[in-house]
Amino acid sequence: MPIQVLMPALSPTMEEGKLSKWLVKVGDAVASGDVIAEIETDKATMEIEAVDEGKIGRIFIEEGTDNVAINTPIAVILADGEDESAIDEMASNAAPAPVETPTAAIEPAVTETSVSSVVVEADPEIPSGTEMVSLTIREALRDAMVEEMRRDEAVFVMGEEVAEYQGAYKVTQGLLDEFGDKRVVDTPITEHGFAGLGVGAAFGGLKPVVEFMTFNFAMQAIDHIINSAAKTLYMSGGQMGCSIVFRGPNGAAARVAAQHSQDYAAWYAAIPGLKVVSPYSASDAKGLLKAAIRDPNPVIFLEHEMLYGHSFDVPVLDDFVIPLGSAKILRQGADVTLVSYSNGLTYTLGAADELAAEGINAEVIDLRSIRPLDMATIITSVKKTGRIVTIEEGWATCGIGAEISARVVSEAFDYLDAPPTRISSEDVPMPYAANLEKLALPSVDEIVVAAKAVCYA
Amino acid sequence: MATSRKASATKSRSSTKSKVATKKSKARTTNIFTPEQDIDAYREMLMIRRFEEKAGQMYGMGLIGGFCHLYIGQEAVVIGISMAINEGDQFITSYRDHGHMLALGMDPKGVMAELTGRRGGYSKGKGGSMHMFSREKNFYGGHGIVAAQVPIGTGLAFSNKYLGNGAVSVTFYGDGASNQGQIYESFNMAKLWSLPVLYVVENNQYAMGTSIARASSNMDLSQRGASFGIPGEKVDGMNVCAVKEASARALEHCRSGKGPFILEMMTYRYRGHSMSDPAKYRSKEEVQKMRAEHDPIEQVRARLLSSKTSSEADLKDIDKNIRAIVAEAAEFAQSDAQPDPSELYTDILIELDA
Repeated sequence: MPIQVLMPALSPTMEEGKLSKWLVKVGDAVASGDVIAEIETDKATMEIEAVDEGKIGRIFIEEGTDNVAINTPIAVILADGEDESAIDEMASNAAPAPVETPTAAIEPAVTETSVSSVVVEADPEIPSGTEMVSLTIREALRDAMVEEMRRDEAVFVMGEEVAEYQGAYKVTQGLLDEFGDKRVVDTPITEHGFAGLGVGAAFGGLKPVVEFMTFNFAMQAIDHIINSAAKTLYMSGGQMGCSIVFRGPNGAAARVAAQHSQDYAAWYAAIPGLKVVSPYSASDAKGLLKAAIRDPNPVIFLEHEMLYGHSFDVPVLDDFVIPLGSAKILRQGADVTLVSYSNGLTYTLGAADELAAEGINAEVIDLRSIRPLDMATIITSVKKTGRIVTIEEGWATCGIGAEISARVVSEAFDYLDAPPTRISSEDVPMPYAANLEKLALPSVDEIVVAAKAVCYA
Repeated sequence: MATSRKASATKSRSSTKSKVATKKSKARTTNIFTPEQDIDAYREMLMIRRFEEKAGQMYGMGLIGGFCHLYIGQEAVVIGISMAINEGDQFITSYRDHGHMLALGMDPKGVMAELTGRRGGYSKGKGGSMHMFSREKNFYGGHGIVAAQVPIGTGLAFSNKYLGNGAVSVTFYGDGASNQGQIYESFNMAKLWSLPVLYVVENNQYAMGTSIARASSNMDLSQRGASFGIPGEKVDGMNVCAVKEASARALEHCRSGKGPFILEMMTYRYRGHSMSDPAKYRSKEEVQKMRAEHDPIEQVRARLLSSKTSSEADLKDIDKNIRAIVAEAAEFAQSDAQPDPSELYTDILIELDA
């Protein structure tokens, strides 16, 4: 029986890749372990190896082909004694059934086109007529760092794999080449130590951008983030400003289980002395990161791995900076207010589409900043809709939705026509199994049900 | 229980005492100050002693709250180093920080007023004994979490190298902190990147109530950087000359681009860990013996008298002046107003320019 070679998934979040090069041709003998092709993912170029012995019988996907979905058959290896007729026989017997992929377990991400369609009014932060360019979130974040490093010599980037490896998630790609190893600093795997070192460098007058490979690892460093970075200004009577950005992916990636899938927004948002930012779109990622780097205070910048590869329109402006602390209305509506941030908006915008189809017009608010929290925008919306559903990937208990609900009840009680409702991850550590993970995370369906419930629809 | 504690305390005492004695004799023969240096050292160490005695007294009167960790007995460490540093070098330490601030020339009034939580304190009354800072005097705290100042001090050194300002970060920590993981994370990066940081272990032989023998598998803290290639030296921390001499060499090492250096200062605190510590873990005789035979101030005093640099009357005058400064600081710390209630909400974030 010929053996199919499938397009491999080379990272937890990879959905497709480029088959950049074949290192074998039809008729070549291969043994297990031989490198047969190079695959380019959104993060890196990887070699793939044969896992079986035999002869390359056919190549289905030519080199140079972009956007090859994972599990697509790319070649066939023939066993000893088999010839090409076996391939045709195999094809006629069973069309390769696509296996359910890990990433397919996640709610389908909003596509580029649907993202641009949800912005219902011109963005007031962008002058009309501004040229727009499509960038991924990771490119937007990199551009923000590049621009700020060009602007201010005191800005430097440090973290694990930020320099020579070009970033574990490729966010710092190209920085080392332009700025050198003085300003793009690979650290040992030592979160507690380098977070504290970053704080000291900030006290010494620099403006560090400290990347955590993920915020899950920042728990090793949380003493320095809170006790050293956030509190020292107060404890010094205003002398010891700490201009530092701690940034990296936060929240649940795909199938990486409990220790690597946690939303820390509520943790850091609880701390006076910190600012907390968590963008959804590429233009916000860029404008907010630039503001965070310039901010004289410690800023926690929570990115999301599932969004890194998503493209959005970003304005082509010399210096596009979005002030921290303002929410943004992504979609206007009068029936119910949906409030979320970061990847929570993936589900929220999907739900808003479904609700619209059923005649319910949801107003979707992207918080963008978690601390300070733009309550004015939320309250204004609730006064219009009388209903609010909050959506987050974190846990409900003492979460962002809990805080917003409490404040809405305090500040707009008389305007509410229904109790505020929270959608969050389930109150469990993140499971590994695809179906359980999907059950643990918020979903479009849950949001639709909750929105209808508060609308009594 | 009590017996075993006493036994281990005795063990640590004997092991450290002999080292102090060995180094002391060497130091005395090789590191003699000029008469002027001796008088300066005497005055500055006595300033810390009198300040701390007053702070202890005021704590007892209920004028100082919270935790208060006195530096009495360890004065030679900060004074010896302060005699060796350059303008611009930074100090950063833990919560036993009053001596470091006075050594850097911070105003005793501002320090004492912080202890009493008044508006004229260095942190406007919002930091207290453990959390004080002065950018002007290059004092970077005053940190309340054991060993947290070590990565921060290493970061100051990172900024010194980045900015090319020629400064050395003098990062102090205790024998107890020596077992914290973040110190070794810092050692690794400091050596890897050749950062100008002088690590000063103030080994006063007790981490709160636990003697070093009961807490450390290897009690030679000067060699804790060995696996990173960081050189270290043990110094008689009760002898201000020895401290100054070793610090000058170590600072030169750091400043010349060779990276970090570790000085282990063998020292002793006469008081408890904090004001609320009855210090039952060691004998009165141990403390008495240390005071009688190794007191850093008495050593200089004896030298000044025997060399006839100063008379008893001269030294009394110095003491009188210091007592007046301390009394003035104590008076200010009691008469100065408490912070305005509006200060509750200031200094949380730096406001952006509109």
